[in-house]
Amino acid sequence: MELLCPAGNLASLKAALNAGADAVYLGLKDDTNARSFAGLNFSAPQLAQATQLAHSQGRKVFLTLNTFPKPGHEQRWYQAVDLAAQLNMDALIVADLSLLSYAHQHHPHLPLHLSVQASATNLGALSFYKEAFNIERAVLPRVLSIKQVRDLAKVSPVELEVFAFGSLCIMAEGRCHLSSYVTGQSPNTGGSCSPANHVRWQDSGSDKLTRLNDVLIDKADASQQLGYPVVCKGRYVAQYDHDAKYLLESPTSLNTLSLLPELAKAGIASLKIEGRQRSPAYVSQVTQVWRSAIDTYLSSPASFAEQPKWSQALAKVSEGQITTLGAYERQWQ
Amino acid sequence: MKISLAPISYCWSKVDVEQFYQQVANSNIDTVYLGETVCSRRRELKFADYLALAHMLKDHGKKVVLSTMALVEAQSELNELKRAINNGDFSIEANDMAGVYYAHQASVPFVCGPTINNYNRASLDLLHQKGMYRFVMPCELSQSWLQAVIDSDTKPQYEIEVLGHGYLPLAHSARCFTAKHYQLPKDKCQTICQRHSKGLLAQTQESQPLLRLNGIQTQSAAQVDLISQIPQMIQMGIDYWRISPNKLADVALGNTLATLLNHVQLSDNATLQDELRQYELVKTNAHNCNGYWFGLPGMKFTAPPALA
Repeated sequence: MELLCPAGNLASLKAALNAGADAVYLGLKDDTNARSFAGLNFSAPQLAQATQLAHSQGRKVFLTLNTFPKPGHEQRWYQAVDLAAQLNMDALIVADLSLLSYAHQHHPHLPLHLSVQASATNLGALSFYKEAFNIERAVLPRVLSIKQVRDLAKVSPVELEVFAFGSLCIMAEGRCHLSSYVTGQSPNTGGSCSPANHVRWQDSGSDKLTRLNDVLIDKADASQQLGYPVVCKGRYVAQYDHDAKYLLESPTSLNTLSLLPELAKAGIASLKIEGRQRSPAYVSQVTQVWRSAIDTYLSSPASFAEQPKWSQALAKVSEGQITTLGAYERQWQ
Repeated sequence: MKISLAPISYCWSKVDVEQFYQQVANSNIDTVYLGETVCSRRRELKFADYLALAHMLKDHGKKVVLSTMALVEAQSELNELKRAINNGDFSIEANDMAGVYYAHQASVPFVCGPTINNYNRASLDLLHQKGMYRFVMPCELSQSWLQAVIDSDTKPQYEIEVLGHGYLPLAHSARCFTAKHYQLPKDKCQTICQRHSKGLLAQTQESQPLLRLNGIQTQSAAQVDLISQIPQMIQMGIDYWRISPNKLADVALGNTLATLLNHVQLSDNATLQDELRQYELVKTNAHNCNGYWFGLPGMKFTAPPALA
């Protein structure tokens, strides 16, 4: 079972490799990926350097091309595909049909991973992408219960990758317009979810406020912690109600350490750590814990138990310091 | 340009649904999409009921398309999807790539609904090769995006549909937000979403309407309103102007617009704009939204120039 870690820059890439990542995923410094933040990601020469570094240590490196080419600007995405092929990268992570088609036609030997942004949650969708573009792997959206993941893994025509840890997206990925409804920018159209230039942290008397493009997302007194303002993790007032509540989800992050044996038994090929936008320290910490957990499991699957020190270490770097199993757990749904 | 009616996205009682489509049958709305697209736990109407409605509407001269689910997870949902595809009479609206896959396999022509990620011309052309004869523009895209798609080398070989009126389908989740609000587990939800015939409104702590919770679906609190853009949309060559209904009055709106479109087809756009105003259909209501059309945040509303 592969441990796949994020890298927003060369320092994070080195941190991931040093901490034991089997593979690393990263993106270019433009809108061809959905973590298009200032100061993040790789130029073409840096991408070459990153690939060389990973390969010299026998690790894999995947290029994230998970946004949808804009009419009239398709060349930028096609060039990124060509670059990955030229650098002998190990796979492309792609969501858009036209881009899958381009890569499949022009670089049939470059493995294609279906991005979570393609939102393929069932056998029919996976079969479509396998037959049309010969994808090798698909990343599952964070909407399936562990039972559904297990059932799908039994029949899937491609290997499966799941999110193991990191920020929790609670919507079917790639089909969520909450961010663009409020800010005009979305992951799909080459920006990101809740872009930082639309975020405002405010003090109002004894309260702290978070706003996204002026829309009030959450409000808390000094004793409470506020999360980064994303629309799905705000506190709102429902009709016929008086109190503001987390109607969709509270600021929590995903942690599936306790599911590790089940994911392994289901035959999941890769465990993905979220967080290309996070620091090298985060990458290092999370990678170390998961490396240790996977190795412990593999050395003795029958006696695997989640160690408290792992969860403690992960909780420190989690959003709101609270973690959940999310949709993997039917009760959450 | 013709008027189409999107599937009802809420959980209404069977009686209400049947009354609604009786009105639709007697309207001059051109095309009707039918079926449950949000949640397979909603069983007020079974597949046979929808099929009966489809035939009734067809007998009244409507073009009928059977709509399918946006988020397909369980094998039982795949079976239901295949059943819709193999109905024998009607084309389908695919809202998930599984719908595309099975429709293509069965050689059933299909419409790509708004939750299929069609973000460029090459992707649309590829789906056309698989059997897509029409697509509904994903709701976060704009007029200039659509113009760029139309302006490519050749005219698209498929029809174009744009959501002109109704609440925007913004997201789908595994979690049922309505059940969560009522502290019910999803597996014992009692289809509590039936209490909210147009979703449950969620406002910010500054009383700004933001979202509508509709089971596992999250909608916009504001209704999209592209009535003022109808003359422009006709000029662009858009084929269908879609209404996503949330009340009986939406049928009357569709009927009025269809009547107008029928008799001004031959006249000029200025006349149409006048008629739209005369019928008081052009709104300056800031509770509506049209931001996406202008490439702005979806919730924004830009009033028509002459009235601004």
